[in-house]
Amino acid sequence: MKKELVELKINGRTHELAIEPSALLLDVLRQDLGLTGSKRGCDESSCGACTVLVDGVAMMSCTLLAASCQEQEITTVEGVSQHGSLAAIQKAYGDWGGAQCGFCTPGFIMTVKSLMAENPDPSEAEVRAALSSNLCRCTGYSQMYAAIKSAIAAERNAMVEAK
Amino acid sequence: MGVETADDRCRNDKSACTDKRDMNDFSIIGKPTAMVDAAEKTTGAGKYTDDLSVPGMLVGKILHSPYPHARIKAINTSRAEKLEGVVAVATGKDAPNPYGILPVGHDEYPLALDKVRYVGDNVACVAAVSEAIAEKALELIDVEYELLPAYFDPEESMKAQTDLIHDNKPNNLEKDYHHAFGDPDKGFAEADHIAEARFIANEVTHAAMEPHSTLSSFELDPHTGKLGRLTVWSSTQVPYYLQHKLSLVLEMPMAQIRVIKPLVGGGFGGKSEVIPLEIIAAVAARKAQAPVKITYTREEVFWAHRGRPRTIIDLKTGITNDGRITCVKARVVQDGGAYCSYGVVTILYSGALLGALYDIPNIQYDGYRVLTNKPACGAMRGHGTVNVRFAFESQLDELAAKIAMDPAEIRQRNLLKPPCITVNGLRVQSYGLPECIEKTVERSGWKQRHGKLPKGRGLGIACSHYVSGAANSIIRSDMPHSTVNIKIDRDGGVVVYTGASEIGQGSDTMTAQVAAEVLGCSLARVRVIAADTDLTPIDIGSYSSRVTFMAGNATLRSAEDVKKRIAAAAAKKMNCAAEELVFRDDVVFKKGSAPPPAKRDQAEEVEVTQAGASVSGRVEGQILRGSLQQKRKDEGPKEWMTFEEAVVAAIDFHGALTGTGSYAPPPEARGGKHKGGGVGPSPAYSYSAQVAEVSVDEDTGEVTVHKVWAAHDCGRALNPVSVEGQIIGSVWMGMGQALTEEMIWKDGMLMNAGMLEYRSPSSVESPEVEPIIVESIDPEGPFGAKECSEGSLAATIPAISNAIYDAVGVRMHESPFTPERVLAALRAKRKDKALNLTEGVDPTDPTRFREHGGSLCFKGKGPERHALDPARRESPAVTRGAD
Repeated sequence: MKKELVELKINGRTHELAIEPSALLLDVLRQDLGLTGSKRGCDESSCGACTVLVDGVAMMSCTLLAASCQEQEITTVEGVSQHGSLAAIQKAYGDWGGAQCGFCTPGFIMTVKSLMAENPDPSEAEVRAALSSNLCRCTGYSQMYAAIKSAIAAERNAMVEAK
Repeated sequence: MGVETADDRCRNDKSACTDKRDMNDFSIIGKPTAMVDAAEKTTGAGKYTDDLSVPGMLVGKILHSPYPHARIKAINTSRAEKLEGVVAVATGKDAPNPYGILPVGHDEYPLALDKVRYVGDNVACVAAVSEAIAEKALELIDVEYELLPAYFDPEESMKAQTDLIHDNKPNNLEKDYHHAFGDPDKGFAEADHIAEARFIANEVTHAAMEPHSTLSSFELDPHTGKLGRLTVWSSTQVPYYLQHKLSLVLEMPMAQIRVIKPLVGGGFGGKSEVIPLEIIAAVAARKAQAPVKITYTREEVFWAHRGRPRTIIDLKTGITNDGRITCVKARVVQDGGAYCSYGVVTILYSGALLGALYDIPNIQYDGYRVLTNKPACGAMRGHGTVNVRFAFESQLDELAAKIAMDPAEIRQRNLLKPPCITVNGLRVQSYGLPECIEKTVERSGWKQRHGKLPKGRGLGIACSHYVSGAANSIIRSDMPHSTVNIKIDRDGGVVVYTGASEIGQGSDTMTAQVAAEVLGCSLARVRVIAADTDLTPIDIGSYSSRVTFMAGNATLRSAEDVKKRIAAAAAKKMNCAAEELVFRDDVVFKKGSAPPPAKRDQAEEVEVTQAGASVSGRVEGQILRGSLQQKRKDEGPKEWMTFEEAVVAAIDFHGALTGTGSYAPPPEARGGKHKGGGVGPSPAYSYSAQVAEVSVDEDTGEVTVHKVWAAHDCGRALNPVSVEGQIIGSVWMGMGQALTEEMIWKDGMLMNAGMLEYRSPSSVESPEVEPIIVESIDPEGPFGAKECSEGSLAATIPAISNAIYDAVGVRMHESPFTPERVLAALRAKRKDKALNLTEGVDPTDPTRFREHGGSLCFKGKGPERHALDPARRESPAVTRGAD
């Protein structure tokens, strides 16, 4: 298949790339751009390890055509840490054991980012429902809830301090 | 998360924690600690094998067998080789040496030589410039097969006379063992009550989130000009075994092979042996004369398997009226798949671990590991013990009901009295089981609630245990199982070299914690270099829950070794004996003297460290030892030194400091002398007791787990947050096996090779788990620690099945307890007609066939079969799930 020139805006930077129209966003991120934080855990949107944000919406990049994401804001896990330091959710996942082997973690971080943007004070049932798009085989999810709770509290405190 | 623990309080209120700890306490271990690689994982910066690439790298794709049992008559790769972009096509004859993880089980070839033995067996490998081209080339490989009768049921397979799966294994029997300890006949004669039943635990797999991946790259040898050293990056739990097997297959010396383990995305045993792609990538790279990376698709991961075998357990247990177990007899048949893998060890664990949990005076065990034409089963979390534990704990519950005894009490009546050696030769020292039972009973409100919940809701209790590493390595020898080296140079940085493999369980963090605790330095000073066969000393790998105990002990000894040297030098500077010195919080001070005032707070600790660093700052790469020594001389002997000053003082005598430490299990922990007695012994056992609360929908048969209280005796919790994570993860994985996870086979075809179809539980289906840490302080563990990653899994399945009994009064004899099976049991109890959901349904018709839902992905006519295939003799509409 002949390659075409596309422009993708990823983590605030614009990249001009020659890709096949059939190229999947996950492959473009991992192979063409070296952004290997997004993982391939399956090939069929069942595990969520490849989750990225497209215009703020959590999407699974393993079944998304890269060419269809032009003129949209793509955020990958590499774009989550702020000003050279860990975002609250990243720090909390480390502190509370939300990540063990870490392979599913980037996908979860993106899902949680989108949850926190949509719903700044989710109930435990809402957290569970949101996380059900992603699979983890290590943690049994419990420590993730604790991490998310603490990240939400940390962000709220930071906002209070900023005021 | 349930009840606030002391550790939560530490986390929330640092001062409360430090106030409680006096100088006898630990400064690093025992505190919830974020993993040393946590940031790499949460930012996506960490590299797993598939994230790596090297210049000129090709993509490898494997051609798998479509038949469960067939002879290969011819392979023609010429059409594939001609395809533009294909660099090489490797087949069996490119590497005709057999291998296998066990020395007794060298029955696999990298690529099939003359026969394929399961759907998915490896036939050829294409190395091409892109994945798309490699996939296309696979279709151009012509293989001519002669079909053979295939065996799918282990009990059928054991009757086989012809068309054996391996010619040297009569009756398709990989291995059988027959053990009798004590006097089983006498034991049953003494029993007042005997229960006897058949239990079946269906096949489950690891399904680690990271699909297996291997990158192999040869260097050209400067002297011969030919292919020389090989470097392999691989998702493995056992880099040194991989190095050894590569050496056998490729006929290269081990010294020419470097195996590096990048981050590994979960193992659970699925990466604890050499998986075909790890060898095939090297064979393909040699043939293509270019680096080759192979990454399995999720479907291939399911076919590669090596999970927990379907196990048929005929179990008989006798007890007295006062609840004492008099005898256990188990006949265990494991459906091992087409190759040996860890099979011989699995079947031995299943028998050996009948012991060491309770005091059982008489044990009879007959174990059969059977070959079938399905992917090989291997080691999976709780290796060998899980399915038999399900049967045993369920039967014990039944016996308790028979004598109207509280199921918690019957377990308390059969406790071991350690230190002791069990009837089957297992040495037990630390034994936290009594406390585990006590705590789960208390926390779950067992006494008030068991048997008293409304109908449809119930509580069940069960116990389990596991080894903290096998006392005998796969290759029997007196060689240490772990060695750790430490280097401390002028920068004051502590570099720990360990072969232990971090696979997400926290191995690197444990190593850093133990080294920092012994050396009394901050965790930030310690850098762990792990699992690189060129750099790190041999460690036999991350399996059988051995790392904390064995690599932890080796780290401890290595740190003690290097500390001795620092202490000798510091003692000289401080005019005292080395034994008088205390290393803590980056300071070395005299025992009994007041520790330097600034030491108790972390912020100030950093300041002092930095001040130390400026005193011994760098000028053109050299530490200004002169000025430091001068300063010291001017000030005269001191009550204390910073860690860095002490290190510099020691380097004045030695140059860079190095320490080394090893661990080999003591001879008295290595078990009995009987045949197969080498499997089961461990230097220490972990213990677990659990209570599960479930509800059962009597109309649909659906089981919901609401909560599990899980107490685990881990010796000492070096990192409580990790220990809790391991307990919760084990319970969760056990719940998956109990309720939903199952590999569903139809004539050797896997019906559910996908994460959703396999039904790995999502956050919505996962219950709350309350982990309860019990610390029995093992006399031989590092700071008393034992394993915490596997022992809890086995108790969850029977705890749930016992809870189902409490809820609705049916005994589940086959796992997983799917709605279909539970409903069948409920209907049988009510003497209702059994439902046969698949009666008269053609399994090859995807629009009609709905069994388990898994068959939705069964679209074709299924694999072609030999006319005499035993699987063809029965009607295709086989009834499943009836209990």
